[in-house]
Amino acid sequence: MHRFANPTRFFRIANAVLPVLAVVSAGLFAAGLYYALFDSPADYQQGETVRIMYVHVPAAWAALACYATMALAGASFLIWKHVLADLAARAAAPIGAGFTLISLATGSLWGQPMWGTWWVWDARLTSVLILFFLYLGYIALVNAFDDPDRGGRAGAVLALVGAVNVPIIKFSVDWWNTLHQPASVLRMDGPSIAPEMLLPLLLMAGAYFTLFGVMMILRLRGLYAGRRLRQMRLAAASR
Amino acid sequence: MGGYAAYVWPSYGIAALVLIGLLIHSWTDARRLEAEVARLRELGSDIRRPADMRGDAP
Repeated sequence: MHRFANPTRFFRIANAVLPVLAVVSAGLFAAGLYYALFDSPADYQQGETVRIMYVHVPAAWAALACYATMALAGASFLIWKHVLADLAARAAAPIGAGFTLISLATGSLWGQPMWGTWWVWDARLTSVLILFFLYLGYIALVNAFDDPDRGGRAGAVLALVGAVNVPIIKFSVDWWNTLHQPASVLRMDGPSIAPEMLLPLLLMAGAYFTLFGVMMILRLRGLYAGRRLRQMRLAAASR
Repeated sequence: MGGYAAYVWPSYGIAALVLIGLLIHSWTDARRLEAEVARLRELGSDIRRPADMRGDAP
């Protein structure tokens, strides 16, 4: 693992992976959207609104995976002090905020026709809203310090404390009475969802996750270049 | 869309807008900052990267 902490080696590998990941992501989006919109059945209860699931559920999964990435990267930064770990946590935050925003907005658009309300303060929706604020808080915090390492450490602590929210989100539908439906894919006794709906759902999930990888690499490159710029300017100013 | 078009299409629209916006921002940000690094380096103001940026891990 430490071998990849060398930025030169890391970016050589990441840049080789980037075009492959981008093509796979585009392909998965094309196939996923085709099945989601044109070649999957309407739900017997929810009708055509079930198609919202194909953009809503993968966004929520990606939002949680993104937070786990951010917290693990933050922990690595605290323990090993690798700059790339800090940059990875910073790169993940706006992407995770975007995924969370998608799941909140599309969930609202699904809730109105199915539940008769845009929003309800139940455990699932509220914990996901907190996830969104955790991402925004992290972004504000890491950028509030002149010394990026201090900002990174403060952000890492916030990310780790906030990680308690991840299992709360996942199990909120089991622990509390919520309007939100329980899990139908990641269940102990296998998916309960119809296979014709599982296919577009998994294709879209693959598309979201590969796009997450593409955006992580691009943001890491930008953040790393930003750090180098800062070093160059500091050096120029001290001459 | 069985009478639900007003909910289904905006969902796909919001998802597309956020994802494409994030992707474009990530891409242009990386390009802009990397170009700036290259420009400064050509001006000869480059320095050796300090040890913590080289990441020579044990």
